[in-house]
Amino acid sequence: MVPYLSEAVWSPYVAGAGIGILSCLAFLLSDRPIGCSTAFVKARGLIGTLISREKTEKKEYYREIVPAVDWAFMIIPGIMIGAAISSLLSGQFHVSWVPPLWSRTFGPDPLVRLLGALAGGIFLGFGSRWAGGCTSGHGINGSIQLSLASMVTACCFFAGGIGMAFLMFRILG
Amino acid sequence: MLTELHKNRSAQVVLGLLFGICFGFLLQKGGVTNFSVIEGQLLLTDFTVLKLMLSAVIVGMAGFHLLKHFGLVQSHAASGTIGSNVIGGLIFGIGFALLGYCPGTVAGAAGTGALDALFGGMVGLLIGAGLFAEVYPKVRTGILNKGPFPAVTVPEFLNLNLWVVVILMEVFMIGILVVLENFGL
Repeated sequence: MVPYLSEAVWSPYVAGAGIGILSCLAFLLSDRPIGCSTAFVKARGLIGTLISREKTEKKEYYREIVPAVDWAFMIIPGIMIGAAISSLLSGQFHVSWVPPLWSRTFGPDPLVRLLGALAGGIFLGFGSRWAGGCTSGHGINGSIQLSLASMVTACCFFAGGIGMAFLMFRILG
Repeated sequence: MLTELHKNRSAQVVLGLLFGICFGFLLQKGGVTNFSVIEGQLLLTDFTVLKLMLSAVIVGMAGFHLLKHFGLVQSHAASGTIGSNVIGGLIFGIGFALLGYCPGTVAGAAGTGALDALFGGMVGLLIGAGLFAEVYPKVRTGILNKGPFPAVTVPEFLNLNLWVVVILMEVFMIGILVVLENFGL
């Protein structure tokens, strides 16, 4: 068991099946789908509360998705810890600024990559909240529940992503 | 249903963290916290993301509907619209390719030491979520409601029995995986 935990990668079928079981456990024990983008609303709301509680509390969106340290918030620090444990066990943990594929296409400048990642994150944060979920909330957990909207959304994530990736790495790059 | 546990706030905070740790562990082991694996999927050269997601849905769909049959879980499927789900999904896709991670895997990548994920992607996600909170009152009753989907779930949409749809979907998803393997992808 222990050698298996320290392997660099598992078959995506095994890791995926594990995520499927985990998703069922989340419905059973926490009565909710595993989603990740809500955490960023909550964290953003908490930062807003630190700056101006009154202004933040007045915003309609933060009345619907209340900024708090709860299940939906904790999933993100949890993922960071879990991925860190996994990569440390296999010796894969390493500090980096620029992924090799990005570097080959757009150069090794960390600032360019940081700005690209920042812009990507903004689109991702805005788009996931516009669509009401992410690859996990809609893509996996919505599909598990046979949600029509979630399956359509997941297709659009990939349609948009494929179009943009081809533009970046095949046309511009 | 385990209603008492669901209502126990402090237990749920701990559970959220534990689910996150397991999820992050599996995402990293599955290889999807890696920039090149995600971009490879979007460039249609590496199908790890699709394999992992389909495996999760194949197992999860069977498990969820069995648990639901025995009254242990309830559905959270919500109605959707073209204005919200299609447009939001496409905006998401632009960010997905630019960043090379999604909202969960960006946190996983940060956990493996990717500082572009931590200081670029995660900060960007906070800004993007904040921008959405700004525009939300203007779009809530407008574009987000445009073009409602005709049904909430696929069985309702196809007007078929739940278990027939579950079995058809399972066969379809397993079929995609078999085809991918046969093509050596």
